[in-house]
Amino acid sequence: MKPFGYVRAASVEEATEAFAAHPGARYLGGGTNLVDLMKLGVERPAVLVDVSRLPLDTVEELPDGSVRVGAAVRNSDLAAHPLVRDRYPALSQALLAGASGQLRNAATTGGNLLQRTRCPYFQDVSKPCNKREPGSGCGARDGVHRDHAVLGHSESCVATHPSDMAVALAALDARVELYGELGARSVPAAAFHRLPGQHPERDTEIRPGELITSVVLPAATAGLPSAYRKARDRASYAFALASVAVVLRVSDGVVAHAGIAFGALAHRPWRAQRAEEALLGGPATAAAFARAVELELAAAEPLRDNGYKVPLARNIAVDVLTRLASAAAT
Amino acid sequence: MPGTGTALGAPAERREGHLKVTGGARYAAEYDLPGRAQAWPVPATVARGRVTAVDAAAALRLPGVLAVLTHENAPRIAEPEDPILGVLQNPAVPHRGWFVALVVAESLEAARAGAAAVRVEYAAEDHDVTLTTDHPDAYEPESVNGEHPTRREHGRRASDSPAARVNVAYEVPPLHNHPMEPHASTAHWDQGHLTVYSSSQGGTTVRETLAALFGIPEERITVVADHVGGGFGSKGTPRPDVVLAAMAARETGRPVTVSFPRRFLPAVVGHRAPTLHRVRLGADADGRLTSLTHEVTTHTSRIKEFVEQAAVPARVMYDASHSLTVHRVARLDVPTPSWMRAPGEAPGMYALESAMDELAAELGMDPVELRIVNEPEREPDSGKPFSSRHLVDCLREGARRFDWSRRDPRPGSRAEGPLLIGTGVASATYPVLVSPSTAEARALPDGTFVVRVNATDIGTGARTVLAQVAADALEVPLERVRTEVGSSDLPSAPLAGGSSGTASWGWAVHVACRELAGLLTAHTGPLPAEGIRAHADTSGRADAESPYARHAFGAHFAEVGVDTVTGEVRVRRLLGVYAAGRILNARTARSQFVGGMTMGLGMALTEGSTMDAAFGDFTECDLASYHVPAHADVPGVEAHWLDETDAHLNPMGSKGVGEIGIVGTAAAIGNAVHHATGVRFRVLPLTPDKVLGGLAGRPG
Repeated sequence: MKPFGYVRAASVEEATEAFAAHPGARYLGGGTNLVDLMKLGVERPAVLVDVSRLPLDTVEELPDGSVRVGAAVRNSDLAAHPLVRDRYPALSQALLAGASGQLRNAATTGGNLLQRTRCPYFQDVSKPCNKREPGSGCGARDGVHRDHAVLGHSESCVATHPSDMAVALAALDARVELYGELGARSVPAAAFHRLPGQHPERDTEIRPGELITSVVLPAATAGLPSAYRKARDRASYAFALASVAVVLRVSDGVVAHAGIAFGALAHRPWRAQRAEEALLGGPATAAAFARAVELELAAAEPLRDNGYKVPLARNIAVDVLTRLASAAAT
Repeated sequence: MPGTGTALGAPAERREGHLKVTGGARYAAEYDLPGRAQAWPVPATVARGRVTAVDAAAALRLPGVLAVLTHENAPRIAEPEDPILGVLQNPAVPHRGWFVALVVAESLEAARAGAAAVRVEYAAEDHDVTLTTDHPDAYEPESVNGEHPTRREHGRRASDSPAARVNVAYEVPPLHNHPMEPHASTAHWDQGHLTVYSSSQGGTTVRETLAALFGIPEERITVVADHVGGGFGSKGTPRPDVVLAAMAARETGRPVTVSFPRRFLPAVVGHRAPTLHRVRLGADADGRLTSLTHEVTTHTSRIKEFVEQAAVPARVMYDASHSLTVHRVARLDVPTPSWMRAPGEAPGMYALESAMDELAAELGMDPVELRIVNEPEREPDSGKPFSSRHLVDCLREGARRFDWSRRDPRPGSRAEGPLLIGTGVASATYPVLVSPSTAEARALPDGTFVVRVNATDIGTGARTVLAQVAADALEVPLERVRTEVGSSDLPSAPLAGGSSGTASWGWAVHVACRELAGLLTAHTGPLPAEGIRAHADTSGRADAESPYARHAFGAHFAEVGVDTVTGEVRVRRLLGVYAAGRILNARTARSQFVGGMTMGLGMALTEGSTMDAAFGDFTECDLASYHVPAHADVPGVEAHWLDETDAHLNPMGSKGVGEIGIVGTAAAIGNAVHHATGVRFRVLPLTPDKVLGGLAGRPG
């Protein structure tokens, strides 16, 4: 590990100033991914700006009925929070489906969004990876890629985003609040992560030096039926082979709201807009769900060894949609 | 005889348990000797070729870096018997991950930074790491692991066609031992005496090996393995960590610890080689086997021939009018494979017991009954009588406990919502191995006893069970016996491996204690201050050829739920019944059985690595990607055993228990998946990607 400096910030402003003052700085949250990557030589920060103790560690209801989650709130605490469990069950379920108890105790909300892909080529500095070292090539495209993307990948990168939480946030229409040199702004969670295109080194739309301060869960999806389902190789402590978060409101047998996002299929949580549009105003039936999901997945371009992800994603999405619809009907 | 009733067989608690859970037990990397340095190896990044240049200048400039050892400057060692130990002696790179340099530094972090700064240039050559059944380089070796012959054939092929037959291929991927404690050694030279603290399953071999490599007498070497965090075979013989630590300590004049990062293990400590199986069975209408063929194709490295003996268990299990078992191996540019819990039996019995299930289905016969019908009178291959064989009793007892008789044999007959439920059975076998050992027993004036033997407690409870063996032989209460293990200063003893440790060490302990008991009976008056001692050496007895075929047997039953939405398979219940001679400690033996079954569950459902054809290494190198079962994967696991008496084993009447638990588990689970779904999956592990695809083609 290369020696690095360490700064503990007391405020958001202080954190962003410290970041700006130190070229090669990285923000440190729970460190569950960043520190691993430093040990592997993938991340080589000059300075760590510790933001885990900023006063961003609360979950609060705002006057408009939305819920603001501080970026330093730990995954375990967020999953267990009554506001989240009651109003946004998909988020609680997604968090609990991720990592292990020990990791969830350490990992933060902001850090979870900024975790890097677990692509084995990305993590091995002796191999080519356009995300880690732009222009070096992609080992996965023709290599070992059973876990890789089937949607939205590019010639240069077939990695997936590993987060479970981010998938639920995308489906719930959450927003990510940022603070940087140019002040505060917010972006939709579903648009926070990028597709790789020619620049897989950029995972998100975050600007250099910007800090995630919070995630806002909107009033509009509060209390709507929602659920998260994840398929994986072992029952716990495994990344998704495919996952789905669904928010569904059915009124008189008709879909009044649908938010669907897939995990582990793409470089970002994949918001299934085509499927949602197809469902909206139509009947909440298993056949309609299957048609809509298949319409969405028609865009899939599986690699040599990951074609299974398409039927897997279809199955879990239809299953969750059907389950939520029948729960709403009773 | 006060207390003797509580000694042998009692569920005595591990003597070091408190030390372990409180952090007091010291492991090899934790000997923080004064001035100790840390080392980090540099793995080769080509799969075949040679090192043409090593530039260590940048590494040596880093703060804290003390030395960079390469093939150009590392101490010369004698040609090792085991080629994997010939590190830093020449520029050849036999596989990716082979160590080409070692950086020694003041701290682990400095050593790691130094390793990243070493620049290595290679002349790379084309490599081949892909195993296929028709690989042009595959050959029949002279012998396979365990010194078994490669090929055995008995009887004559029947001319008429059998009533039922199966002809199927199975595939077991590379598997990795991944003990909780990665391989580590701390070495220290002091006035020509080498002391190493090494995470090993057998310190005696470590000492012999170091003596040969460094050209010094064994008396000037001490090997300590006080506590070892698992090995599963991968620490059965010395690994490069101990050689590198001794080299680096000699070169720097400092104590040096080499502790392998988890990610380096797959390339340098051995793995279970992938095995490609072809099994052909023919049977008459009553289910009696008329033919049994098991062909295995596997890989080994360029530098060492290690052949997983996966067709060997078929020579033990069932009678057949004609049988053929044969192994083929291809030398590829891959890391050197080695022992992993039940080498041979684990993958071999997966294939054989899966095929038996397929045959039962062909015959429309109950799979338990099919096995009973084919129970041999004598060991099929050797013709020897069994010293004891209670497979049928295990199957019957397991069936009773599992409620097998209520099973609807029709595949796909049981569903719970989207889950398909199925049950399966498989047999297990593991040979009785035993080696000569020495041991010493001493009676002290205060009425206590000390047993000394260089056994290794790799987490199994060896300290505890040897005290039980001693207390039993001495006819004294268990708490009056102390055991000293894990140092080469103790009487020499064989490794903890091949499920043979307890039998080998215990035999010598028993003999020493019986002799001591005789001395005590003859002794009059108080004991001298140093006590009275007896020494035993079981050479010539423990290794005597037995007129009997000696094996442990078992039966495994599994219930699985297969999710038709995702293809996820989860075990709901796992039950094993074993006939393994006398069980010497009910608590620690149960742990061994349950641990083996858990590892078998991993083999069936979650474990396996991928050989990257382009780069020549195993892709899944950490515990996040190499999926050993998590707690949530392991529901009710039950281990039971029969009271088996066998007078042809050793004075305790015990067979080994360390490996048999893994042996039939994967097949039982695979057979349960077939029962649940009606689909045969023949490539392990049964992960959702494979299962979902198979379910899509399911009839009805």
